[in-house]
Amino acid sequence: MADDVRSLSAELAGDPQSLVFVRLGELLRQRRQFDAAARVALHGLERHPHLADAHDLYARILADQRDFERAFDEWDMTLRIAPQHTGALKGLAFLYFTVGDLAQAERHLEAARAAAPDDPSLEQAFLMIRGGAPPPAARAAEVDGGAAEPVQALPEARVFAGLEGANEGLLLLDSAGLVLGGALRSPGGEDVAVAVAAYLAGVSQEATRTAKLLGLGEWRGLAAEGPGGHIYLTLPAEDAMLLVVRERAVPLGRLAMLAQRAGQAARRWLERQR
Amino acid sequence: MNAVAFGRALEQVTQVRGVRGAMLVSGQDGLVVAEQLMEGLRGPAVAALAASLSSRLSRAMGAAGLGIGQFWHLQCEGGALLVVPAASGLLVVAVADPEVNVGLVRLELLRAAEVAR
Repeated sequence: MADDVRSLSAELAGDPQSLVFVRLGELLRQRRQFDAAARVALHGLERHPHLADAHDLYARILADQRDFERAFDEWDMTLRIAPQHTGALKGLAFLYFTVGDLAQAERHLEAARAAAPDDPSLEQAFLMIRGGAPPPAARAAEVDGGAAEPVQALPEARVFAGLEGANEGLLLLDSAGLVLGGALRSPGGEDVAVAVAAYLAGVSQEATRTAKLLGLGEWRGLAAEGPGGHIYLTLPAEDAMLLVVRERAVPLGRLAMLAQRAGQAARRWLERQR
Repeated sequence: MNAVAFGRALEQVTQVRGVRGAMLVSGQDGLVVAEQLMEGLRGPAVAALAASLSSRLSRAMGAAGLGIGQFWHLQCEGGALLVVPAASGLLVVAVADPEVNVGLVRLELLRAAEVAR
């Protein structure tokens, strides 16, 4: 395999426009050299921004690095370019599975099967989804039927297991402002979950009062920009709030999408606890 | 800063399609400083609620180490409340329909906040 990498690297160096970067990036990904694989994929994307396989490759690398949010975006882009791309359909199925949206996961697998009825890895993926088995932790691409390696299950106890940034910047709290799950650190690294949760109880009550008194109906989300980052607050259940915090580089619209996915995970977790 | 300049700044906000009204509010006590509202919107109520929510949100964002909020947007089934705090302590507030172009309203609110600084 090392020879393959050397040979493909040489080929790419000789012809930077070559599509061989897709094979090279995939080889590096399989060797778990994710930084090198990402560099190859990004250089390839600069030259071939409309190549579906290049976006698919980069999505796999991101998924292997557990950056599921960006992997979602890349697979979404892949499907915009090539709506029948089975790799992207299976990748998105995996991501939906990780957040507990089994209906969407199955829908994407069905679309993949329609596009590639002879793909043996699909049956395995269907079994995993229908059986409710835990998804692979960081080997999203193995949904694609590649060289399987032992995988580690995601810890079910974590509310946001499987979501990008699950260990920080996602906070689930009850209506009284007590933390139910997730974690939150300030940009300086200080654990601020309890303090922020306490303040957010007041924010939620005031948002409810404001929406009601102004005749705006139920509130669905509260987005805010700050110099140190952006936040999005939403209500995944009647008696629970979900806070998503991300750095300023993440646009509010994308934050809302992440909050939607995290909300689904939170609802499933809350149902299991009841 | 005079009432004419405030009025012009608010007019730019209300010209965005879907905006039902805009106002300048004292962030400290929730009183109306200037307003351009469609009929049926209760200015004093909007001002008081926006100031209260802004204050609570600022505390939460401060606790999170994110600094003072620069823009916030309450999304509701039947509309939205959008707020930009100005350096002077005033809040520039807009009430809008649910399908309003939020990005455009945000820009106009930021411009109005510059006038109100």
